[in-house]
Amino acid sequence: MNNSLVVVVLASGVLYGTPLLYAALGELLAERSGVLNLGVEGMMLVGAVMGFWAVQRLPGPSALVLAAGIGVAALAGAAMAAIHAFLVVTLRANQIVSGLALTIFAGAAGLSSYLGNDLKLTGSPARHQFQEVFPKSLQDLPVIGPMVFGQSLLVYASWVCVILVALYLTRTRTGLNVRAVGESPAAADAMGVNVAAYRYAHTLVGGAFAGVGGAAFSLSITPQWADGLTGGAGWIAIALVIFAFWRPTLCLLGAYFFGAFTALPFALQGHGVTVAPELFQTLPYVATIVALVLVSSRAARLRFGAPAALGLPYVREER
Amino acid sequence: MTKRKFGFALPLALAAALILALGVSTGSARTQKKAAALKAAWMYVGPHNDNGWSQAHDKGRLYVQAQLGSKVETTYKELVPEGPQTTQVIESLIRDGNKIIFATSFGFQPAMVAAAKKYPDVKFEMATGTAQSANMAEYFGAGEDGIYLSGMAAGAATKKGVIGYVVPFPIPEIIRHANAFALGAQATHPGARIRLIWTNAWLDLGKEKKAAQSLVAAGADVLGQNVDSPATGQFAESKGVPWVGYDSDAHTFAPKQWLTASIYNWGPYYLRKVKALLNGTWKTNFYYGSLKDGMIGLAPYGPKVSAKTKAAIARKKQALINGKFYEFAGPLYDQKGKLRVPKGKRLTVKDLYAINWLVRGVIGSAKG
Repeated sequence: MNNSLVVVVLASGVLYGTPLLYAALGELLAERSGVLNLGVEGMMLVGAVMGFWAVQRLPGPSALVLAAGIGVAALAGAAMAAIHAFLVVTLRANQIVSGLALTIFAGAAGLSSYLGNDLKLTGSPARHQFQEVFPKSLQDLPVIGPMVFGQSLLVYASWVCVILVALYLTRTRTGLNVRAVGESPAAADAMGVNVAAYRYAHTLVGGAFAGVGGAAFSLSITPQWADGLTGGAGWIAIALVIFAFWRPTLCLLGAYFFGAFTALPFALQGHGVTVAPELFQTLPYVATIVALVLVSSRAARLRFGAPAALGLPYVREER
Repeated sequence: MTKRKFGFALPLALAAALILALGVSTGSARTQKKAAALKAAWMYVGPHNDNGWSQAHDKGRLYVQAQLGSKVETTYKELVPEGPQTTQVIESLIRDGNKIIFATSFGFQPAMVAAAKKYPDVKFEMATGTAQSANMAEYFGAGEDGIYLSGMAAGAATKKGVIGYVVPFPIPEIIRHANAFALGAQATHPGARIRLIWTNAWLDLGKEKKAAQSLVAAGADVLGQNVDSPATGQFAESKGVPWVGYDSDAHTFAPKQWLTASIYNWGPYYLRKVKALLNGTWKTNFYYGSLKDGMIGLAPYGPKVSAKTKAAIARKKQALINGKFYEFAGPLYDQKGKLRVPKGKRLTVKDLYAINWLVRGVIGSAKG
């Protein structure tokens, strides 16, 4: 039963959707404050490599080392995001160009692979990795076993993050301010909200989430370091935020959908069905391109519920 | 609201990113010695330290450097894309003064052929291909022999008689390897079935893991692979499924479940060809290494391989070396049970380079 196509694909959706979910939550926070961050892929890769480095080098019990690895990955992602924030908030550079430059700089065959080589991280598996937390008997329950109980702590933590981000944005004063900054920075500024500080903070936290998403690859899914480990997940995460209409809960569904979709062709092959591999491998990216095209047009953006000031630098004197 | 961009910020950011990216990408090709030595270059499709195919070649390069010392200056380019950029990489290697270029992935062949025509005084060495010319040699090894032996270890380990095999692209090289693996497994587990899943990538950890996962879900109780990373092995270790690797000894990724792997030892061939170029005796060739000359071998066994299996493999290895046994001798049947190679006939290396059908017991399509 649990080896049936549907269950395998759904359980894979949760597993492979988790890094997408983390990265998308981060991107959502940044975008809700008006900062479009196309550097997610680069931030994920730097997070993946640095988180892996911490786990390989730090002594101590498994749980602590893994926690430290996630912490380092988050810091590394935030550090990359700080570059983006400085360029687009302080210097008011074009957000699209800065984000793209960061992904090229940090991505595969860039900073992340340099770090991987220089810190000698290839050639051995992760010393510790996130493993299933529930006992085998629960994992073997039909259908919900593999989907709900067959997952690692990273998955459950991501559910908590979804709830926290959703509550933060809709139920707290600061969350309201974030949305104000993203919708109308001038009005927020007049209210006494520090636009630059909000944008910095949310871009950095967004980068930290992307770093954790990267570490989900290097510490859980394929617990080792290899060049370009994330395989374009950062781009899918950006598209995901758009498809989720900037809502955290929809991000979760979308992430699992994309995750399941990437696992589907392999599960189908396992059942003797061959579909043109090009089709399956390109579809997530085709969807990404469509989403990016949509978001690049202002009219379409507003229709989908995008923050009105997304991608626009804020200059107080220009009101 | 009018948009105003700070004029300097944008070019500044771009320039910084470009400079850094360039610095990093040239940094990946490390040069070993600086004297007026013969320059030799290697091109890898993956990272030089992929724990698989490319790493085996890089070990060969380092062997050449260690043996010839200051007489050669070896360099490598990693993560070279198979396509138009291959040509650019070859051109830049030639501009840097490299006199012999080893290309180690099948997809580099068109660019190598074109470059060999354009630069007659540079020597080109193409692994796994078929396009030989006056200044372009072809080399490979009978990986199928080692893979047959590793398949025997997989066959001995399976209880259900279903073995999963993660494969990259449906090309003759991989088809003959999958066939050899199946024949080896059937030698120790008569009637064993080999289920294939194609990833359509030489090295993609995520896809390899997904393929491995689907194979186990489809009933495989042993895994093997022809792809380049040890991701399959890590999954096998986590599920307690015995695993046969490929290209390199990757037992550290699955210490409990590691069985063995067919491995390549490229060093001696590389040394011979670079030495020949130094002496002015370099000649083109179609070299097909074997268990006998040591280009092909088996990685050390893991704890799950029994003494009985080891002895059986050792006997088969000896028979392969002295020519008493050949896995592609008839009778051979294809997936549909049709007799492809009658008794008394055998597939030649040329046949194997064009093979497009899978042997009996393999589940999956030869078209990917």
